[in-house]
Amino acid sequence: MSNRREFLQTAATGALLLGSQSKLGLAAMMDQHGQHAETGKSKVVIARDTALHGAGTQLDEKRVLALLDRAIAAYTGRENPVEAWKQIVPMGQVIGLKTNGLGGKGISTHLVLVLAIAERLQQAGVKAGNIVVWDRNARDLQACGLTINTDPSRVRCYGSDVAGYEEQPVVWGTAKVHLSKILTRECGMVIGLPILKDHSDAGVTFAMKNMYGVVSRPQDLHAGGCNPGVADLNCIPVIREKVRFTIGDALTSVYDGGPGFHPERLWYPNALVVGEDRVALDHTAWQMIEHKRAEVGMKTFEAAGRPPRYIATAADHAHNLGVNDPRRINLMEI
Amino acid sequence: MKYRSNWKWAIAVIVIVAAVSSTGCKKKISDPFPASDKVAGWQKTSETRVFAAKDLWQYIDGDAEQYISAGVVTTSTSDYKYQGQLEATVDVYTMNDAAGARKILETGTSDAKPIQLGDAGVTYAQSVIFRKGSRLVRIVAYESTPDTPQALLALAHGVEAKL
Repeated sequence: MSNRREFLQTAATGALLLGSQSKLGLAAMMDQHGQHAETGKSKVVIARDTALHGAGTQLDEKRVLALLDRAIAAYTGRENPVEAWKQIVPMGQVIGLKTNGLGGKGISTHLVLVLAIAERLQQAGVKAGNIVVWDRNARDLQACGLTINTDPSRVRCYGSDVAGYEEQPVVWGTAKVHLSKILTRECGMVIGLPILKDHSDAGVTFAMKNMYGVVSRPQDLHAGGCNPGVADLNCIPVIREKVRFTIGDALTSVYDGGPGFHPERLWYPNALVVGEDRVALDHTAWQMIEHKRAEVGMKTFEAAGRPPRYIATAADHAHNLGVNDPRRINLMEI
Repeated sequence: MKYRSNWKWAIAVIVIVAAVSSTGCKKKISDPFPASDKVAGWQKTSETRVFAAKDLWQYIDGDAEQYISAGVVTTSTSDYKYQGQLEATVDVYTMNDAAGARKILETGTSDAKPIQLGDAGVTYAQSVIFRKGSRLVRIVAYESTPDTPQALLALAHGVEAKL
């Protein structure tokens, strides 16, 4: 761990800066919903490593980095991780890494994953100071094991409690929200780093639900099992435009009792779920938890009275955020 | 003159009695969190944070609804560490009544082991949940070690004694 931390600090000098504005290779291949221009399918990669958790619950950081590389290589078709990342992120912009620490210690985006992504971003030419790891507040970030830092010469890490929220609300459907200034003013692109969880209201929380952490009062969007709250929120133009990639943390998960930490319902999928289409990602995540629940003899979400209806809503004509039809999801499991 | 003086005394006594009884009648809200080393090996590592029902989303957004529907009034939470290593969080939910606490406790999974604690309680490998009156206590450890179950149970008894 110390090596990677040292790397992040020394890279802060900008020695790795390439400086040029890279073209979004993926954008050329995919349309605005992350669907392949020719096939019309959304690509989702599930990369697994069953040996990811060493003895006990500790993650093997080298294996996490290797898993990330495999996932990104499979998604982009580029074996070289640095080249692959250059396809994903634009140069010269601030890249936000939106973690999810809501569930508290034990069921938050893993620190080793955040560090691995920050390392690869810098190797691809993103200046350390142009990387912002962020969430609702310091507590959520600390739950991930992160340390607050606003020094622009290093990878920054702070919450919307520091940056504040826009005074003027934005409205889309039922969502009337005040957005975090980190999203609206700071970041040029955001990579979502949700953690896969059961959710007592919504059924499942993953890529789209992670956006509840970018508004000042997420509790206002919980009615009706977060439907259509999740879909409406993700339709807000600045979210739609900036949150262009997701690296879903399914290294650890809770299959019931979420979104808080319930060790008795903890499970280790040892996986990363990667893609651009957040609807397709959420559909895939839903199936993963559904499968686990069946394995341990639990009711389906439908039978439990909380199917994640917001996924279908997000895919409907009015929202058109992506696809939830499995026939239109190009799922790669590696 | 003497008559007027008696009146003054009577008013003074009434005021004092009223003041004393008004504070005395208030139900004392006990602090359920054991201080460091009050339970062997356990250190209290954070300030206690308290959330009113309307603010519970700030602590457990998404989970808050089930507690609100069960009648939560306030939620208090504090972090602990056992022998400098094992981290745990103690949450104390004060509900409107005992039925609310019972409702939450009953949502546990079938692998829960009943324990004699408070009015009722269950334990898992990494957590202990019990209720006492209108209070529901949830203690969660972030690591599973051979010591975890016993250490959690000791802390739970420490909390229970303060309720």
